[in-house]
Amino acid sequence: MSSALRHPLPGDASRATPDVRLSVEQVSYAYAPNPSQAPLFTLEAMSFQAKPGELVAILGPNASGKSTLLKLISGALEPLSGRIFLNGFETHSLPVKTRAQRIALVQQESRLLFPARAWEFVMQGRHPYGGGLRFESEEDILIANNALAQVGATQLADRWMDKISGGEKQRIILARALAQQPLLLLLDEPTLHLDIGAQVDLLESLRRLAAQNRYTVVVVTHELNLAGEYADQVVLLQRGKCLRVGPPATVLQREILEQVFQAPLTVEITPSGRPRVTLFSNK
Amino acid sequence: MRPLTLTRLLLRCGILAAILFTVVVLALKLGAVQVSLYGLTRDLIQVLLGHSNNISSDYVLIVLNIRLPRILLAIAVGASLSVAGVSFQALLRNPLADPYVLGISTGAAVGSIIALIVENQLNLAPEYAGLITPFGAFLGAALTIAAVYLLGRRDGQVDSNTLLLGGIITASFLAAVVTFLMSTLAGSNLRGASYWLMGSLSTLPPKSLLYLLAVGFLLAAGAIYTTASDLNLLLAGEKEAMHLGVDVPRVRIVVYLAASILTGLAVSVSGAIGYVGLLVPHVMRLIFGSDHRMLLPASALGGAIALVLADTVARTLVAPSELSVGAVTAMVGAPFFIYLLRRRIA
Repeated sequence: MSSALRHPLPGDASRATPDVRLSVEQVSYAYAPNPSQAPLFTLEAMSFQAKPGELVAILGPNASGKSTLLKLISGALEPLSGRIFLNGFETHSLPVKTRAQRIALVQQESRLLFPARAWEFVMQGRHPYGGGLRFESEEDILIANNALAQVGATQLADRWMDKISGGEKQRIILARALAQQPLLLLLDEPTLHLDIGAQVDLLESLRRLAAQNRYTVVVVTHELNLAGEYADQVVLLQRGKCLRVGPPATVLQREILEQVFQAPLTVEITPSGRPRVTLFSNK
Repeated sequence: MRPLTLTRLLLRCGILAAILFTVVVLALKLGAVQVSLYGLTRDLIQVLLGHSNNISSDYVLIVLNIRLPRILLAIAVGASLSVAGVSFQALLRNPLADPYVLGISTGAAVGSIIALIVENQLNLAPEYAGLITPFGAFLGAALTIAAVYLLGRRDGQVDSNTLLLGGIITASFLAAVVTFLMSTLAGSNLRGASYWLMGSLSTLPPKSLLYLLAVGFLLAAGAIYTTASDLNLLLAGEKEAMHLGVDVPRVRIVVYLAASILTGLAVSVSGAIGYVGLLVPHVMRLIFGSDHRMLLPASALGGAIALVLADTVARTLVAPSELSVGAVTAMVGAPFFIYLLRRRIA
């Protein structure tokens, strides 16, 4: 209810059931370099749903289709079949600007052509709310400052983007996504290049932000244990096929993980009911 | 956090406009025939008050009929080339992009020459005669940038070094085409090859073309300015810009067409003057930062200032003879290009 008040979206009642925000329905995709050839990569039909405040982790080995699934959810790619709904609207058919007001995507760090300060970068997140020539309002400044504060990066505001550490940069990129005030926050391997402390920090703040702001968060990651510890749902992919969807404890099980990742491992359940995966050498 | 405000934008543009005005007065004064600053100011005021018959006819001839139109031409050409430079840098995501370096200006020169040859065959009424040239120049610029863009692509991505190399090769090929056209097809009334390849402001184009230049600049630069915020995001990459709400295909086509128009117009009246579109935007970025809402108008004014200065040097350095203005800009611009290239590789 509170999320509906924060983001009033008229006219989208038809498909939305009250607490489903993201709904992936029988979505498939095929990628071919040109239409006459057989597809190089296919994503087989899969479905899952997520509620406001939920954190979904997409797991799988390299080339399993994780990033493709994320691009489909973001609306950048059009599914071959099936549909993806965000509050009852198909993400791919939303106008670019509207889509950017509802979906924020954090990608692996972007390269800057000319130097920019951190606050300028965060301010880019306000772009979907203005036109080509608009000047930032007091409200935009407030929202950008708030976004910086939410990721604990207020003191970085005036630093140059190319003079801060990888972990700090990742926080600024996350702050830009928050400045978009999205309903859906998508992250593509956000923990890559981060040390363990920074990884835990990031997931802790995602968890907190999802709860506070009622974002639905979807994270693509290689980190089984971070997913096990922080996700509400895990989507496990292998070679374009969705093997399992569900709470971490039901997806992260020994047999299936050994088969997917081709590595011997054990899974134990921690006192908090979360699975913990340990790899070991079989020599 | 101090985002750009309209007040700050106008203030900074005001300062640049004041510098431009000073440079214009200086350029009016300097030349083969000496004019005193006092006399100049007095006469300019007379003209502004509408008492132009009080001025001695020598002044009118030299200052108002020869120097002033040439300075106005320099302003329009300098502003066009700089704005085109900023646009190509954002569009191609390459800080070294410039209409001249990438061969776009030379492409526009080829277009102009072909249009002039066609014009000579058509026997048009004199008032329409000059107007096919800028159109030919626009087509030449637009086709060249498309070709350079395709040359610069590798595996679906624009590769910065391949793009530059492709541009430089294209420029050299098109320069050969210019020389070929000048020595075979062209009549004696087409100016020399050096005019088209180096650029010059010494021949004043017909009035109709000057009006077209002014109106074309305002429309094309205005169109680019409506995408100023989008260009800021485009620098981070097309996909990223799309996820931040930029209608990438629309911005790309607007900027591509408008920047080709600016290059075409400038080249059709002055030949291929180099490095203005590279040097000025970089200096403006150093002073004002890389926000295109500020950078575009600053580059327009800065380009005007730079070219008026360069042309004044070209007129006065070896007076009573004169240098080609393109030689002046290349002497400053080429070393600057090397500096930027070295810094990027380092």
